[in-house]
Amino acid sequence: MKYELQPTLPPPANTIGVIGWMRKHLFNGPLNSIATLVLAWLAFTLLTPVIDWAFFSANWAGTTREDCTSGGACWVFVGQRIDQFLYGFYPREETWRLNLSFFLMLALILWLAIPKIPAKGIAAVLTLVVFPVVAFFLLTGGVFGLEAVDTHQWGGLSLTLVLAVVGMVASLPLGVLLALGRRSEMPIVKSLSVVYIEIWRGVPLITVLFMASVMLPLFFPEGMSFDKLLRALIGITLFQTAYMAEVVRGGLQAIPKGQYEAADSLGLGYWQKMIMIILPQALKMMIPGVVNTFIALFKDTSLVLIIGLFDLLAIVQAATNDPKWIGYATEGYVFVALVFWIFCFSMSRYSQYLEKRLQTGHGNRA
Amino acid sequence: MASDTNPNSSSPPSEPEHKIKFWNDPGKRALIFQVLLVLVLGGFVWFIVSNTLSNLEQRGITTGFDFLSQEAGFGIPLSLVEYTEASSYGRTFIVGLLNTVLVSVLGIIAATILGFILGVARLSDNWLISRLSALYIEIFRNIPLLLQIFFWYFAVLRALPSPRESIEFLGSFLNIRGLSMPAPVAEPGFNLVWIAFAVGIVGTWAMTKWAHKRQDATGKIFPVGWTSLGLIIGLPLLVFLLSGAPMTLDYPELRGFNFRGGMTIIPEFVALWLALTIYTAAFIAETVRGGILSVPHGQLEAASALGLPKTRTLRLIVIPQAMRVIIPPLTNQYLNLTKNSSLATAIGYPDLVSVFAGTTLNQTGQAIEVISMTMAVYLSLSVLTSIFMNWYNKRKSLIER
Repeated sequence: MKYELQPTLPPPANTIGVIGWMRKHLFNGPLNSIATLVLAWLAFTLLTPVIDWAFFSANWAGTTREDCTSGGACWVFVGQRIDQFLYGFYPREETWRLNLSFFLMLALILWLAIPKIPAKGIAAVLTLVVFPVVAFFLLTGGVFGLEAVDTHQWGGLSLTLVLAVVGMVASLPLGVLLALGRRSEMPIVKSLSVVYIEIWRGVPLITVLFMASVMLPLFFPEGMSFDKLLRALIGITLFQTAYMAEVVRGGLQAIPKGQYEAADSLGLGYWQKMIMIILPQALKMMIPGVVNTFIALFKDTSLVLIIGLFDLLAIVQAATNDPKWIGYATEGYVFVALVFWIFCFSMSRYSQYLEKRLQTGHGNRA
Repeated sequence: MASDTNPNSSSPPSEPEHKIKFWNDPGKRALIFQVLLVLVLGGFVWFIVSNTLSNLEQRGITTGFDFLSQEAGFGIPLSLVEYTEASSYGRTFIVGLLNTVLVSVLGIIAATILGFILGVARLSDNWLISRLSALYIEIFRNIPLLLQIFFWYFAVLRALPSPRESIEFLGSFLNIRGLSMPAPVAEPGFNLVWIAFAVGIVGTWAMTKWAHKRQDATGKIFPVGWTSLGLIIGLPLLVFLLSGAPMTLDYPELRGFNFRGGMTIIPEFVALWLALTIYTAAFIAETVRGGILSVPHGQLEAASALGLPKTRTLRLIVIPQAMRVIIPPLTNQYLNLTKNSSLATAIGYPDLVSVFAGTTLNQTGQAIEVISMTMAVYLSLSVLTSIFMNWYNKRKSLIER
């Protein structure tokens, strides 16, 4: 008797390909099938008019509201105002300075963010120390033959970015100091840090901004005046520092005790131990947390409209009240939402990617 | 570090004369540093206080809390306690605080329900459900809350018709001034219903204890969920119907340009509540997802090895362990929602910041008192929450044997 190996049969047709995938992921069981059908119908009926409004029956070309005739979205409104939305009231012939600062920052951030590019230390120093100085002179002007631009002319997306970046760059070193203070063994330093952090984390940003705009002028002698932007920046930095300190503390706590003890046994002093051993390891671990607080800060900058600054949201809000364009608020809001969404979503994706990269397999989730 | 100061000496290193310089002694150094810090901070505070006092004097503002008893003289569109223009500034504080509490509590309830549904849906093995939930989460948590509030208020609710062309349904009227609904008015016998409600709650508590005891003794499971539903909702309803429905409805009527009678939900409230709910639910959904994922797979396998059915696995194994992870970030989200409700000031919902730190501050000019009172409210809320969290963590933390 001879046994012959039969050729393998192909898998049943309904377990592979599109049909197999659909059976497995959409129609596994009667309840799931009903849910799928109901949801698909709901999504279809809800999303079709939205997509139609935003794309197919939208008005793209034109100059005035008379060009918006098809009943869909009127993107003409955004197109006509895009300069103002991006640059605020910055003099038109000087906007290259905003663009230049933006692209400088973008280049530095890419340098920092892409793991393959070397010399992160230089990039960090350039971003945190050199870039702010360069950008300050570029934006305010008044030196090197640049025309001085007053801060009340700043606005739109560029002001939003200024607020977020300054808040971030200023709060990072302060946050590190506060976090070290909170973990310090000196009782007074420790309790002062704890009180500072808990107070600012406990109150909403609006009250901080109110405080910065109405109470700050009272705190300083008569002749000393701050402009509105500086007051907002001080408020945002005070607030953000507390959140940053908690992120840094998380990073510091994640460093094994052995590292501290090893540094001590080498005879390193406190600052040597922190700067050479602990912080380099901790900073790397807390980048995802820093990115997450930056996302929160970026969204929170929109609150400055309450104290009268014209960030992206405020300038669009003002434009929707323009009698020439009344009734197109939705288009304006969708545009702002899209801009914020692109920034925040890409940053959150980056932070998730980093978290995965930093996970070295010691966690309980593989 | 401390190199030998005298290389030629042959004395042993533990020489009693060889004293450490006081600035190299960590203890003394810490002391000096802290004293300096206190001096610098004290000087800074003194600088600010003296400046503030002289600035206030120049502007003719008297400090102190006397202004709280003065007449406010402005109206507030929504108040849970009695308030008229003749009420005091102190009263505006109470009204604002209660309005903050109102929108926060309702927002927390709605956001929790929506967030849990979305978080579980995100983990569904149905591809469409989990994708739609992910779409929702990614869209709404990456758009600033203030923008969402503006969208609901200016783009959606402003598009509603004027009072004369209201959308009418079930005796309610929807228009640009809000939703006017029939208001329930209790008649004399209504107190019985409240008593029945209280009896239901006490009964549920007693029944739960008894059911636990019986299960411990006999192993039999009592349907606690359905019985308590019957006791808490069914019993008051029965009493209500038996006592002849002692309640009338006060219907809103169009008089002139606006509706009178009934109760009106103002659009500011709706916009704020919707935006807070939708925004926070996205964050809660992520928290819930993380909590459920944190339950090790072995626990599920152990449960099915014990022969527990799917629903009971969820109720007895997954949820208790997931909640331990979920609750701390969840309370944090609740706190965030409460703090975020202060954005009300941008659309004019009369919350604490809008009424007290807004109108009252502008009218009285008492910036320092008003802002510190406002901050103190939020601060005490967050301190209370963290005390609760510490207590909860202590109670629920894993006791390892």
